[in-house]
Amino acid sequence: MHHGKYRFIAGFLAGPLALYTVFVIWPFLQAVYYSFTDWTGLSPDFAFTGLRNYERLLDDEVFWKSFQHSVLLVVLVPLVTIALALFFAFMLNVGGRRRRGAAVTGVRGSAFYKIVYFFPQVLSIAIVALLFQFAYNPGNGAINAGLRAVGLDSVQPDWLGDPDYALWSVMAVLVWCTVGFFVVLFSAGMSSIPLDFYEAALLDGASRVTTFFRITLPLLWDTVQSGWIYMGILALGAEAFAVVQIMTVGANGGGPDYSTTVLPLYVYVKAFRDGQAAYATTIGVALLVVTLAFAAVVMRLGRRERLEY
Amino acid sequence: MRSTSDHSRRDVIKRAAALGLVAVPAMSTLAACASSATGGDKVEKGEKSAANPLGVNGSAPLDVVIFDGGFGDQYAKDAQAVYRKKFPGAEVKHAATQKIQSVLQPRFNGGTPPDLIDNSGAEQMDLGVLVGKDQLTDLTPLLDAPSYDDPDKKVRDTLRPGVAEMGQFDGDPVHVLYYAYNVHGVWYSKTALDRLDAEYPQTWDDMLALCAKAKKKGIAGWTYAGKNPYYLSFSLFPFMAKIGGRQVLDAIDNLEPDAWRDPAVRSALEAYYELQRKGYVLNGTPGLSHIESQTAWTEGKALFIPNGSWVENESKATTPDDFELRVAAPSGLDGSDKMPAGTLWAAGGEPFIVPAKAKNPDGGMELLRTMLGEQSSKNFTRQVSSLTSYDGGTEGLSLPPGLTSAVDALDKAGDNIVNPRIKDWYVALWKEKVGGGLGEMMAGRITPAEAVKKIQAYTDEAANDDSVKHYQHQ
Repeated sequence: MHHGKYRFIAGFLAGPLALYTVFVIWPFLQAVYYSFTDWTGLSPDFAFTGLRNYERLLDDEVFWKSFQHSVLLVVLVPLVTIALALFFAFMLNVGGRRRRGAAVTGVRGSAFYKIVYFFPQVLSIAIVALLFQFAYNPGNGAINAGLRAVGLDSVQPDWLGDPDYALWSVMAVLVWCTVGFFVVLFSAGMSSIPLDFYEAALLDGASRVTTFFRITLPLLWDTVQSGWIYMGILALGAEAFAVVQIMTVGANGGGPDYSTTVLPLYVYVKAFRDGQAAYATTIGVALLVVTLAFAAVVMRLGRRERLEY
Repeated sequence: MRSTSDHSRRDVIKRAAALGLVAVPAMSTLAACASSATGGDKVEKGEKSAANPLGVNGSAPLDVVIFDGGFGDQYAKDAQAVYRKKFPGAEVKHAATQKIQSVLQPRFNGGTPPDLIDNSGAEQMDLGVLVGKDQLTDLTPLLDAPSYDDPDKKVRDTLRPGVAEMGQFDGDPVHVLYYAYNVHGVWYSKTALDRLDAEYPQTWDDMLALCAKAKKKGIAGWTYAGKNPYYLSFSLFPFMAKIGGRQVLDAIDNLEPDAWRDPAVRSALEAYYELQRKGYVLNGTPGLSHIESQTAWTEGKALFIPNGSWVENESKATTPDDFELRVAAPSGLDGSDKMPAGTLWAAGGEPFIVPAKAKNPDGGMELLRTMLGEQSSKNFTRQVSSLTSYDGGTEGLSLPPGLTSAVDALDKAGDNIVNPRIKDWYVALWKEKVGGGLGEMMAGRITPAEAVKKIQAYTDEAANDDSVKHYQHQ
């Protein structure tokens, strides 16, 4: 009966595995390979330079600044986004006042809020960044105009032009545009939690806060953990690159005075402006290490007993 | 109670997570291009004659890639039509793009680059790297060929001052030919000055007085592209040269250890810093993009803006009809300035290159020669209201006010034109580090002394960085 089982399985696996090797594994290896050369990206010839690029990395002030900012982003942005999203999702699904006929319900108008929260998600990140660039305009932008409207004429920060605010302004945009996705994700997770649990808790007289921490969060933990990793990778990679590159000060973004530069932006600048593709791959390898380390830490910290229900 | 939809959701997240790791694979798909180098075979040379001094093979195809930015690509198409008339057998392949590097990098790596490229825009390929890696054809034969209109004159002699030298990176060969010609300086509206009963200030004291007067009326003296503070150098660099002589800028270009500590540099920075300290810079300027700053300026919120001659075309949409756009050379500091009034930064723009591995380099050069003829040059100026490197070609054209004043400023400057090379030699240093330092100073966060220290440190770092090629003024 089991005769040839492994051959059968291998036959099915060979194709996907080959594709995976060619399009994922091989490019990764190549990137690492090129980080040991002096390839410019503008000519086919290059020479081996051993660990030179890595040595250079250690002394590169801009790299370390980018590194710090990326690490800050990967710690703070998921924390804030997920906390907010959990709060919103809880309010939308469980947090409402009790109404007739329903044990658990969201706040009034929750269907509408859900759409509002999700809306930024359908906009391209480039559009979001452009919109916020206008909103942050110190003279006629919406934010400073809002401050003026409520009588705060003296508080008119130059959001993106001031090194003290620039990185925070960027983080706010990242949170704004991703929180909606997690609201929907967590809402989906919450709706699969059996209602009986909530009813039992309510009968026992549990408050909303207790319900959240004792029922919702533990049963949602898997989703939160995946979301955490996903968000962290967004904050390390493509999304952070787009907002920083489009919004912030400097020839390629990253300013003022390198206050918002991040690793993917530095990869881009080195590869496409300075003609140092090999060095860019070196930074890319560093980014890979940070990303893997982040994922490993979150997996480790988040390890819990799985609850079956 | 686990449902199937639960599964697929998690899959989506996992896949998205994998996508998040794009930075590394993206770099390496690019890297994959490097391994497929093949040699380019040149086409056979044609017969050299008076009409065909470069010996172009009239039946060989010509492959052209043009940057499709502020100047569009129509001017190049028009020049190609002229070329085709002369060589009816030649098939001209024209491509226009804003993504020069993305489109051309694989072709350079694969050894099959086009025959002529307008290497411009935000994705400009680093010219220093291309030269350093022997990827460009020496254009000296083109410069020594007879000009398009007058067989007794070499192409070299029909160019505006400094253009041919700008194409030299290391020694004699000329690897780049800049087609457009930009005048940089202080841009203003004559109407706005008239309203204040003022002329363009000739000295810095006059400048400060005028700014004080404007401030009383609620108008700022200056604004600039705060997000790209390197725009400040368009008026600041010639100002430094005017105060201390050309060698000040040469020292900066040569990355000399004391370049930024020169007293002339210090005086120029202090003069600009005073604008900031006295509140003559438009509020919020450090957070403005170049377009936003230009719009604030055309809306009359500020009098002066450091910029280049492209600004007239670029800010056309927001410029009032009676704006009377003008450009002026920087005001002097005082009577002891080393260079005369009118000292101006004018230089080539739109760098055209012929790759070393091009199949038909002679065709590429011939098309450039055509473009540098009077007819094509006039056509360019008419279409995009900007000058070309061809010296002349404005007679009989009705130029817009800004370009007219640019031509006047060039006349007035005569030989006193400076051309800081840091802009093309050390792009990262100029745009990010010098620009960043100037920006911090003009935002009032550091003093001129600190700016000098900071920028000199960056300069020293660049001088010691062996990953960039270093150049010297000849």
